[in-house]
Amino acid sequence: MSGVWGGDEGYARAMHGGSTLDALVAELRTALAPGRVLNTAAEKALYAKDGSATTPSAPAVVCLPVSAAEVQACIRIARAHGRAITPRGSGTGLAGGAIPLDEPVVITTTKMNKVLEVNAEERYAWVEPGVFNLDLTKIVSAHGIHYAPDPSSQQSCSIGGNIATNAGGPHCLLHGTTSAHVLAVEVALPNGELVMLGGLEPDPVGLDLRGAFVGSEGTMGVATRIAVRLMADPPAVATMLASFATIAAASDAVSAIIAAGLLPAALEMMDANCIKAVERFAHAGLPEDAGAVLLVEVEGLSAGVRGASVLIDRVCRDHGATTVRTAADAVERALLWKARKSAFGAIASIKPNYYLHDAVVPRTRLTEVMQRVVEIADECDLIVLNVFHAGDGNLHPLLVFDRREPGIMERVERAGHAIIELCLSVGGVLSGEHGIGIEKRDYMGLLFSDDDLRHQDLLRHSFDPTAMCNPHKVLPAGSRCGELQHVPEGAWI
Amino acid sequence: MQITRSQPSAVTLAFAEAVGIDDCVAVEGGRTHWHYGGTLAPNVRLLRAPTGVVSFEPEEMVVRCGAGTTVAELTEVLATKGQLCALDPAQPHLATVGGVLAAGVSGHRRLRQGPVRDSLLEAQYVAADGAVIRAGAPVVKNVSGFDINKLLVGSFGSLGLLAEVVLRCRPAPVLSQWIQLDGADPRQVRAAVYNPSSILWDGNTVWVLVEGDPADVEAETRTLRAVATVELVMAGPALPLGGRLSLPPGTLYNCMRADGPVAGLGAWVAEIGVGTVHVEHTPPLPPLPNAHLQRTLKRAYDPSGRLAPGRFPW
Repeated sequence: MSGVWGGDEGYARAMHGGSTLDALVAELRTALAPGRVLNTAAEKALYAKDGSATTPSAPAVVCLPVSAAEVQACIRIARAHGRAITPRGSGTGLAGGAIPLDEPVVITTTKMNKVLEVNAEERYAWVEPGVFNLDLTKIVSAHGIHYAPDPSSQQSCSIGGNIATNAGGPHCLLHGTTSAHVLAVEVALPNGELVMLGGLEPDPVGLDLRGAFVGSEGTMGVATRIAVRLMADPPAVATMLASFATIAAASDAVSAIIAAGLLPAALEMMDANCIKAVERFAHAGLPEDAGAVLLVEVEGLSAGVRGASVLIDRVCRDHGATTVRTAADAVERALLWKARKSAFGAIASIKPNYYLHDAVVPRTRLTEVMQRVVEIADECDLIVLNVFHAGDGNLHPLLVFDRREPGIMERVERAGHAIIELCLSVGGVLSGEHGIGIEKRDYMGLLFSDDDLRHQDLLRHSFDPTAMCNPHKVLPAGSRCGELQHVPEGAWI
Repeated sequence: MQITRSQPSAVTLAFAEAVGIDDCVAVEGGRTHWHYGGTLAPNVRLLRAPTGVVSFEPEEMVVRCGAGTTVAELTEVLATKGQLCALDPAQPHLATVGGVLAAGVSGHRRLRQGPVRDSLLEAQYVAADGAVIRAGAPVVKNVSGFDINKLLVGSFGSLGLLAEVVLRCRPAPVLSQWIQLDGADPRQVRAAVYNPSSILWDGNTVWVLVEGDPADVEAETRTLRAVATVELVMAGPALPLGGRLSLPPGTLYNCMRADGPVAGLGAWVAEIGVGTVHVEHTPPLPPLPNAHLQRTLKRAYDPSGRLAPGRFPW
């Protein structure tokens, strides 16, 4: 990649210039209560990694602000000391976006965890970034409303982190990912200024800065307050479980459901390896002899839900479903969803480590892609579990392994690379909901041209001309000048 | 395995050629929203974007078309397979896909369908330096990199000129029914029905667009009878075309006040739950919030200011 753009002095030019770590910590402790500035080795080790398999990297210091003013102070002090910042929510991210590189000041928003306002009539809420996704829905549920994005980690992931990755979840098939549910974000910019992007009004004046910020993976500032859109609970819901002999049959059924003009609220697939692991863990009554199951949920008004359920039942059976059952009540529905969302925890019963991709492929190519994913795992002598958002073509092939096994990392890397190439070759993309972070960063050049990446960098550069906010994330080195230091070795695994 | 990134079509490359690299240019669509945004500077060369539906994959629920395609033509193609998209302007035979996106004009079904910005999956646009740039991808879910598409929607062609786009489609409803309620309280109406496609209010009358299974439409109509006198009508109200206000939906009720937000703007129709107010007379341009950031972005994408000068920023 060539060309020089941007051109402002990178923070790295003066990296840590002249300032000692002690001086940085001392100044941060004048801005925040001393107990909320962590700098022992043990404390810092806790913030050296996230939910990904990325190589850990320790921060200089960790700050736990409780207000926007404190976030601003952390940013200003970091700047003054020539340090980068890395914003962090709950650290559940799966692409390495919260891994601190360049020994930055980590600003974690976990102590900013209040729901500030719920307006049930107009269906929005103002929240602080550290509020857990599921807690928000629990708090508003008495009003018959909910927050639609529902990542599997929703018990522990934060709304602020969801904004950083533009997080998804099963129900994003019908309702869209986080971006469609964020009305406004108050942001402490990389220069320390506090701005409000977006608003409660539908079309804030000028460019959609809110939309640009959502999904920016902590590279454009720190969210300090967020207005989210809440949705009315549907009057009717049907949750169906269809069993198939093979992944291919289940994949065909997914394509056929979409082709039939149906748009379920959620359409998820689990393969045989996943079913077995989950069933041992969740005891949800999944058919352990099935090659794959589809979990399909339809919501809306009662006649529409009934009609769609009948049609889905028929399409599934036409494509070889051996059984199709509908959850009898809310308890059974909750159990099925518990099984789906506990998949990532359940894999620990097979092997201690996993590596996960998040590619999206056209839904009409699902059958051939899934067949090839299984073949790739076989060729590399690896176990693969598939549990994913089939309805929008968002794969989650989980390669499970024990990293102590000699030579295993090379095979995992080879399989991961083959899966990515496969998905991109059919017109897919790198990530549907986890983001790029570090793990997928060096694949960006496979998906986008140099010019495309340069235009993405123009956006980040406009928010952060000195590249001090979560450096080395999302765009590959070379998308901007002066950004070649400290690229961690073997970062993607 | 060989990965070949999709390349811009010959039509797109010809459009890029026409855009050139030095003089001031803007794209003209149907001129239906020319009074939105700032006023185009004089002596700007006007171009038209490529036209026509390139591909429609109903089983993927995505459509690819030239930005100069009229919304009517697009809608007609989608209807052949029982689908529709979120673009729903008042004058579909004139308005172009690119124009609606560039003006950021969402349809009156936004309450349920969402804003137009969420339906743009991929954009190929010509940059100020003549390069053809691709943002996004033709799949329905994508967080691979920064979301330039969000910037393009509502940017009035000031950051890049749309050549070809991929839009998300949805199944068309089996039945669409407008229900008119004279003298009803729009808040009560909203609370009574589940996820209607539209609730419009002009200060006297409420119109609700209920779409879906006929039995559900009938049940919702029955529910509304408890709120006010119900009349089934063929269409909603004609929306005033002078311009739009964008208000927090909770403040729409201030439109009834003599000194409220629509004072002096003539006839108005508000989208309840959304916050858009369609008004008869073009409202003055509001000041830009975060003007520094907005101008920085404009300078980054168009350093010489050659793209649609005057339209944005104003």
